[in-house]
Amino acid sequence: MSDIASRVKAIIVDKLGVDENEVVQEASFTNDLGADSLDTVELIMEFEKEFDIQIPDDQAENIATVGQAISYIEEAKK
Amino acid sequence: MELKRVVVTGLGALTPIGNTVEEYWNGLITGKSGAAPVTYFDAEKFKTKFACEIKNFDVTDFIHRKEARRMDKFSQYAMVASDEAIADSKLDMDSINKLRVGVVWGAGIGGLETFQEEVINFANGDGTPKFNPFFIPKMIADIAPGNISIKYGFMGPNYTTVSACASSANAMIDALNYIRLGHCDVIVTGGSEAAVTIAGMGGFNAMHAMSTRNDDPQTASRPFDANRDGFVLGEGAGAIILEEYEHAKARGAKIYAEVVGGGLSSDAYHMTAPHPDGIGVMAVMRNCLENAGMQPEEVDHINTHGTSTPLGDVAELKAISEVFGDHAKNININSTKSMTGHLLGAAGAVEAIASILSIEHGIVPPTINHSTVDENIDPSLNLTLNKAQKRAVKVAMSNTFGFGGHNACVLFKKLD
Repeated sequence: MSDIASRVKAIIVDKLGVDENEVVQEASFTNDLGADSLDTVELIMEFEKEFDIQIPDDQAENIATVGQAISYIEEAKK
Repeated sequence: MELKRVVVTGLGALTPIGNTVEEYWNGLITGKSGAAPVTYFDAEKFKTKFACEIKNFDVTDFIHRKEARRMDKFSQYAMVASDEAIADSKLDMDSINKLRVGVVWGAGIGGLETFQEEVINFANGDGTPKFNPFFIPKMIADIAPGNISIKYGFMGPNYTTVSACASSANAMIDALNYIRLGHCDVIVTGGSEAAVTIAGMGGFNAMHAMSTRNDDPQTASRPFDANRDGFVLGEGAGAIILEEYEHAKARGAKIYAEVVGGGLSSDAYHMTAPHPDGIGVMAVMRNCLENAGMQPEEVDHINTHGTSTPLGDVAELKAISEVFGDHAKNININSTKSMTGHLLGAAGAVEAIASILSIEHGIVPPTINHSTVDENIDPSLNLTLNKAQKRAVKVAMSNTFGFGGHNACVLFKKLD
């Protein structure tokens, strides 16, 4: 697992209060990990802070799963 | 229209001297002080370096980490105390009509720590607003009853009353009246506060409202003592289940006491100073008695607002002497703030619980830390100094007054 992936997963475990083994690539924040609309906004903010990036709102809408978050951040950090 | 009778069928408490009702009561009757140096932040530069914090409390013992993270402390405290009260009431969640169960809560401030953290974050940044999406819903004072209703599915009236240190007494009186009028069968009421924060301590210090007895925190809250120098900030929650009498009787509920009246008034005088003649305080006790249809001579015990401030304590006792006349000397008067500190918006609720338990146990908790007589106080008054007193209590009054001149008073009576 890449460094980015493990950091993303740690944030999700912390913010959503879920078990690490639930945080798989295809897991959806809202459908699988119990996030509501406020949790999702908070997650995006935490990703921005952790990786020192800006995720515009229209891009954030496309980040709905663990895998999508990791790919987006990996792309942004290239 | 005949008013319904209202009784108390459940209690919950999270206080600086005990984290359950049982621990709280034991603390009260043994004269325990909840004051100690502040642990939540470095108070070295503050004029007051101590407070009555909640102790030995890990919120995740009660609330899942994810849920707890979405709540300010004042909401967490509300949840823990109301869980205890609801369990104590033994209400059957499957059979009650939840449309007729409300939550009417009191909080003087709300999520002060949440507000403080978010503003500090912003101030430390580059000016780009990066506010947490939970900032507002965690902070707003009405979220505590909102959270309780979400957990239990109670769909009746739901809101928070805000009248500073009278908040939870206002909440109890609103709850009393909804049940009296037949709008609800049950209301979870009470209050919570969590203002032992940089902003809370700094703000109250700036008003010169708090004791600065840093060399001896445990004796700092000393209502009625000649050397009192201000209140001691406390935090926590009290929850009370009020229920329509026939509803409680039909399900065989344990009934602690009847709530027989509530009084409301305003000083209409100054933002923070009490009226020197106590006119608003006299009015609130009189209209509480009138609301209950009772005579002053029937009152056995008064849990005063008694915050340990120089002006407030004397004004309140003068008002009691005025309202109760010759009978005042027969009343067991106390201030449990001598032990718990001042829980602000939660004060009315935790003190009402003390009054209700005085009726239940026939014991009046003491006003601790009294050593020097204040010559401005009538010596014939029984201020229940330093030691609890055994006393059959049939009728107990609980006073609370808030900055802004808000006065609220509730009367409890042993069930006939």
